[in-house]
Amino acid sequence: MTKVMLPETLDELWPILENEPETAIYAGGTDFLVKRRKGLCGHGPLACLERIGELRGIEEDARHVNIGACATFSEILASAPVRNHFPLLIKALSVLGSPHIRNMGTIGGNIATASPAGDSLAPLYVLGAEIKLVTSESFRLVPVKDLIKGPGQTDIRPKEIISGVVLKKSGAYNLHHYEKIGRRKALSIAIVSLAALMKIDENSIIKEAHFAWGSVAPTVFYSPEAEKAVKDRPFTMQVLKDAADIIRRDVQPIDDIRASAGYRRSAAANILFRLLQASSDFSHGSHDIEVSGK
Amino acid sequence: MNIKFQLNNRPITVNVPPDRRVIDLLRDDLGLTGTKEGCGSGECGACSILVNGTTRLSCLMLAPQLNGCIVETIEGLTHGDDMNHLQEAFVKHGAVQCGFCTPGMIITATDLLRKNPHPSRDEIRQGISGNLCRCTGYQKIVDAIDAAAENSDDEAVR
Repeated sequence: MTKVMLPETLDELWPILENEPETAIYAGGTDFLVKRRKGLCGHGPLACLERIGELRGIEEDARHVNIGACATFSEILASAPVRNHFPLLIKALSVLGSPHIRNMGTIGGNIATASPAGDSLAPLYVLGAEIKLVTSESFRLVPVKDLIKGPGQTDIRPKEIISGVVLKKSGAYNLHHYEKIGRRKALSIAIVSLAALMKIDENSIIKEAHFAWGSVAPTVFYSPEAEKAVKDRPFTMQVLKDAADIIRRDVQPIDDIRASAGYRRSAAANILFRLLQASSDFSHGSHDIEVSGK
Repeated sequence: MNIKFQLNNRPITVNVPPDRRVIDLLRDDLGLTGTKEGCGSGECGACSILVNGTTRLSCLMLAPQLNGCIVETIEGLTHGDDMNHLQEAFVKHGAVQCGFCTPGMIITATDLLRKNPHPSRDEIRQGISGNLCRCTGYQKIVDAIDAAAENSDDEAVR
């Protein structure tokens, strides 16, 4: 009989990880319990983190917003600090899974799962998110792009857990865009996704651009070369085409049940052109975002 | 292990293996077969239940996760032996065909209408976007939820 533990504090969790090192941990379970049932996640004891108070909640200070690892996507979508400062993350999470998955799944779980298609990941890359990792006696802060090593692979150490996500506030951007290409709107796993943050000045010159793609490489794909190719140039189709050429050349997609590598390569490049349509939102200065399931 | 929770307004204590899925606890141990298992992997919504007032998928929860929670299943939504307004609307609008998705749809619509008593049709579509139906084409389900929301001042789902 498998043991299932639900610690309510970190102090209750640490002895479990210390004394029963075979224990697998999960939070929302939306990914983990599916894999576990298929026999992919061992047969040892389980610890569910969803009741650990220190891992819940979303806090704001003057310069940062801290999202607890076990905050659910629905809780993040309802959070005023996140809505006010990180519309990109809101857009991405509002198309993650389905209302039920958003009620259960957690941001820490999405990071630990490290799927190339994880909907929170590309936004966290462009936002420069830092991930808080704790053990009973240590704390470290690691940029998300250094933490994720490959599909399902992270640099999280034994007996260490993700405790939260730190996002730095920035008023620098006026275009926040997330788009996912999938078979349908709800419950789709991205074939290609793009997260973009841009600063475009009053003369339509791109002053800064940060892009990240999901599902086109073993981890989230980003391209300093493409970002540089558009910097200080007009926000036009022609300029985006130069970036798209770089992306078409550099992405490393695979064939799978959802799409061919060739389709992904084309779509990853061409999805950049949607930024021109997205810009019609920002020019009105509107940050209103429709959040499904609310 | 012993698990205590409130199920459809009644306190309950059950003794189950800790890795029992909630869907199996409900259907096999407690005989509440209204909740259905479709995909078993979080993609269809047929197993939706309400936990502390919010929908969750009972195929992706283990029994101990219910400890101390308030749980509602489709069996708890009726008024005695009578259907509630939302259930009646499903019947009236032909929103039930094979019926397999219906309990999950009604649980999900209940959550939607409790939080947003007068949703737009678009909000209804978004609200049930995690529940698959292979028969109706969704139109009749949206009609039913829309009608239930219109015809009652929040009474449909209390």
